[in-house]
Amino acid sequence: MSKTTEMSTKYMPEIGDDQIHLLEKLCNATAVSGDEHEVRKIVLEEVKPIADDIRVDALGNVLARKLGKGEDRVRVMIAAHMDEIGFMIVKNHEGGLFEFVCVGGIDERQLPGKSVLVGRDHLPGVIGAKPIHMTTKKERGEKIPLSSMRIDLGPEAGDKVKEGDRATFATRFEVLGYSIRAKALDNRFGVATLIELLKHAPENIDLLAAFTVQEEVGLRGARVAAYAFDPDMAIAVDSTPAYDLPHWDDEDENVRYNTKLDGGPALYVMDSATIADRRLVKWLVETGEESSIPYQFRQPGGGGTDAGVIHKTRSGIPSISVSVPSRYAHTAAGIARRADWENTLRLLHAALGRVTPELLAGERRD
Amino acid sequence: MIDLSAYLKKMLSTSGLSGYEDPIRKIIREAWEPLTDELSLSRIGSLHGLKKGRGEEPRRRVLISAHMDAIGMMVTDIQDGLMRITGIGGIDHRILPGQPVIVHGREDLPGVVIQPPSFLLPKNAGTGPVAMKHLLVDVGLRQDDAAKKVRVGDLVSYAQEPIELTGDAMSGHTLDNRVSVAATTLCLEALQDRAHGWDVWAVASVQEEETLGGALTSPFDIRPDIAIVIDVCFAKGPEANDWRNLPFGKGVGLGYGPNIHPGLYDLFEKKAKALEIPYDRDLMPKMSGTDAMAVQIVAEGIPCAVLGIPLRYMHTPVETVSIKDIQRAGRLMAEVIADLGPDTLEQIRWEE
Amino acid sequence: MKSLIQKLVETPGPSGFEYEIRDAIREEIGDAADEMRVDALGSLIARKGTKADGGMRVMISAHMDEIGLMATHIDDNGFIRFTRIGGIYPLTCLGGRVLFMNGTRGVIGSDGLERGKVPQLSDLFIDVGAASKQDCPVKVGDVCGFERPFIDLGKRMVAKSLDDRVACAIAIEVMRQLKSTPHEVHFVFSTQEEVGLRGATTAAFSVAPEVGFAIDVTRSGDTPRPAVKMATALGDGPAIKVRDSSFIADHRLVNWMVKTAEKAGIPYQLEVLEAGGTDGHAIQLARSGASAGCVSIACRYIHSPSEMVDIDDVENAVKLLVQLLSKPIVLD
Repeated sequence: MSKTTEMSTKYMPEIGDDQIHLLEKLCNATAVSGDEHEVRKIVLEEVKPIADDIRVDALGNVLARKLGKGEDRVRVMIAAHMDEIGFMIVKNHEGGLFEFVCVGGIDERQLPGKSVLVGRDHLPGVIGAKPIHMTTKKERGEKIPLSSMRIDLGPEAGDKVKEGDRATFATRFEVLGYSIRAKALDNRFGVATLIELLKHAPENIDLLAAFTVQEEVGLRGARVAAYAFDPDMAIAVDSTPAYDLPHWDDEDENVRYNTKLDGGPALYVMDSATIADRRLVKWLVETGEESSIPYQFRQPGGGGTDAGVIHKTRSGIPSISVSVPSRYAHTAAGIARRADWENTLRLLHAALGRVTPELLAGERRD
Repeated sequence: MIDLSAYLKKMLSTSGLSGYEDPIRKIIREAWEPLTDELSLSRIGSLHGLKKGRGEEPRRRVLISAHMDAIGMMVTDIQDGLMRITGIGGIDHRILPGQPVIVHGREDLPGVVIQPPSFLLPKNAGTGPVAMKHLLVDVGLRQDDAAKKVRVGDLVSYAQEPIELTGDAMSGHTLDNRVSVAATTLCLEALQDRAHGWDVWAVASVQEEETLGGALTSPFDIRPDIAIVIDVCFAKGPEANDWRNLPFGKGVGLGYGPNIHPGLYDLFEKKAKALEIPYDRDLMPKMSGTDAMAVQIVAEGIPCAVLGIPLRYMHTPVETVSIKDIQRAGRLMAEVIADLGPDTLEQIRWEE
Repeated sequence: MKSLIQKLVETPGPSGFEYEIRDAIREEIGDAADEMRVDALGSLIARKGTKADGGMRVMISAHMDEIGLMATHIDDNGFIRFTRIGGIYPLTCLGGRVLFMNGTRGVIGSDGLERGKVPQLSDLFIDVGAASKQDCPVKVGDVCGFERPFIDLGKRMVAKSLDDRVACAIAIEVMRQLKSTPHEVHFVFSTQEEVGLRGATTAAFSVAPEVGFAIDVTRSGDTPRPAVKMATALGDGPAIKVRDSSFIADHRLVNWMVKTAEKAGIPYQLEVLEAGGTDGHAIQLARSGASAGCVSIACRYIHSPSEMVDIDDVENAVKLLVQLLSKPIVLD
């Protein structure tokens, strides 16, 4: 069963080599919304040995429970989505050229000149662009239309690739000193964090872990997972953009940074899908203060997480989101700080240990 | 044995706009009465037809969802005997000028949609298509008569009668989604003399074109183990030739994407191949645009298959379909359902 | 009723932060309800009546949240940048006065703009008179609503948040006047309607009604060159909703509402709203569905700090709802 380190020494959450290795495996795996197979497989391998029960539901969510001990345990659902943004091959144009569309929100200006991996076998391909020599000045002022882009797998791709196959950027995970560069940090950070939290779940709660599918195409997996679990409260663990770059005009302040790297885990007060239950905001802030863990507030407004559907499920579930900040989300390569991830894990672990029924007693107030 | 063409034409001449499906439900009910064991209604008007299976209790359940509602228009104001209109469901205003319509007031009033001359429109409207809010419906009445017979909220439907074209093609309004209802009826008919283990819940759902309301609510009580959603899909035609369009009259579409359970896709594909029913993979990279968007996320989630009947000119009064494809869809559904057994759910399970 | 409406509109409570208005409504209801509870998203649910012969489980939904703003950034000079809570139009913000839930007051200013350019929310800021960031009593995440006093113009009333506090007042008044009912009626004062009908969604799941009515405001077409042409007008009676952009009312229920109004001699108008959604959607699609409709109050200048309604429409809406709830509801 579980390797309980709680017996002799108190467990201190950390991001060590094992955790980095797990994140690397997750980030390098392909799991576009609707086809989360590869990440689901890794999750099942990691979680099966430690969960009290585990199942895969109708949409492909992995639902795992780690039950606590004692009476009046609060049932806490934590959701982390397994899917990433990517592409679907839609038409074989012969000669190894494939037309594709985006799955999830991707700015098409991020696509030309990138390398990709296609299908379950990770076949390498490239998204080219017309040589600059052949472009007109007018063209260079316009976006390259998505419908004209092709994924080139070489002239003998033949039927190795089928219409309907998914593809992702080919970026390899890399540690850059105290930073990490990888694709799909949104939301492999969440998946890796939830796995760690499950491995060291405190005994005062029932930890209901939902590794969800199809978040990027409408928060779909989380909705049915929340219905099945029917928890007392919920946390969505995700990764959120840090737009903490300089304004082009040095004079002007960047007032829409969303979150900042090195600021610690980002607590959501409000995004476009959820207005957090303030009692949960308070709970996380107090944990951070008590345990001296840095945290920041994500700027209110915009975006959405699995909490957006969870809190509206059944008769309502008090919910909040916590994210690891990362730059350049939904592009080929994101950059994040190892310390921000570690502090997210530490904050959540400590906060779970402080959950009592009193947390949600009474009415939702400020 | 129903006469498919006659049944289809009857349905196409019956109104049934989203939220006002009563007339079409009556026709469907009459057809399903001899083919099912129990008929019931949901609180918002979806028709449920249960055909019991022969397996032992508790039996597994398959739900078929075919939306019966249609797009159309609604009266928002009456001015000088003419009606202003808004759309119910997605209407392209560019196909409206000159369309024959019926205003369902205190009586059915045939009329026509008119495009006012430009000097009666805002100066910056230019020569482009006229927005729906500026179009009017004329039923040939003066204001005092119109005010007696028509009210704000009255429905307006297309008056185009169905037309048989060459090569088994039929054209009319509301083929979206009456062809799927027809296919479902053919399926129920085929199942009369096929033994099937699972219970079959045929649902003629309401309000797909507006809120997916029927698809969100019916499965909540029925709680099927799997669902088959049947709707129209895009057929290749003029100005419609990209990857989203399937060949016309050359087989059904099997939906493929996040909305569809890959195990059910495989089931349908295998069966189509075995029966030599022509089909195409109908790619739905994000959402399917069908009842499956709702059915899949009801309660704890329901595995869905999406079956498509290729259709040209969707959402116009001259939607065009091949009768052969309706028959193919009905037959494929019946055969897949007849095969559902005690191991099916195990076969389609996600890896664990 | 005017003093009740005044009390409700002047109580702050943007979406997600309805605790003060909830207290005010609970106080006003007093013992007019058989029992009251507050659900996980903060909605107040007050039950009146038990199901008798010919009775149904009925849900009435009036949302108690109002639109507002949330602080996103405090700059070094103490000016506050913000984002919207619900449908906020930048043009109605200029020069507006706001009241934060922590009591701080301020005014909305704007960056300098090119002539003729319409401001976006990101061009605006709130000035609470602070000299610096340290000095500023507002933090990121703090919430405010518009602040404007209620004005009684006789037949008409002007205030902010008549959407939807006027409906809350109507619901309270119905509870007071409803002497007997064959139905089990759940009066839901829902939260977070303005950000997506969230409170009504979860309340409808737990109430599981067979029939429901939302009460909300609707646009009126009786001002000069309105942006959206509507057949509705102030003073023509409570509006019986045929459809809005979020749902199509059950036509059997609409017919019953029309019959009831005509029988009781209550004026009414029919409403088709092309741009605007209400709690009716949440009621209609809860669980396995419910027969849903809506009683609307025609309102001018919706989502501005100075909305306007007609008192006779309000009082007739109370009468209509009392009539509907006092007898069996016949759907055929």
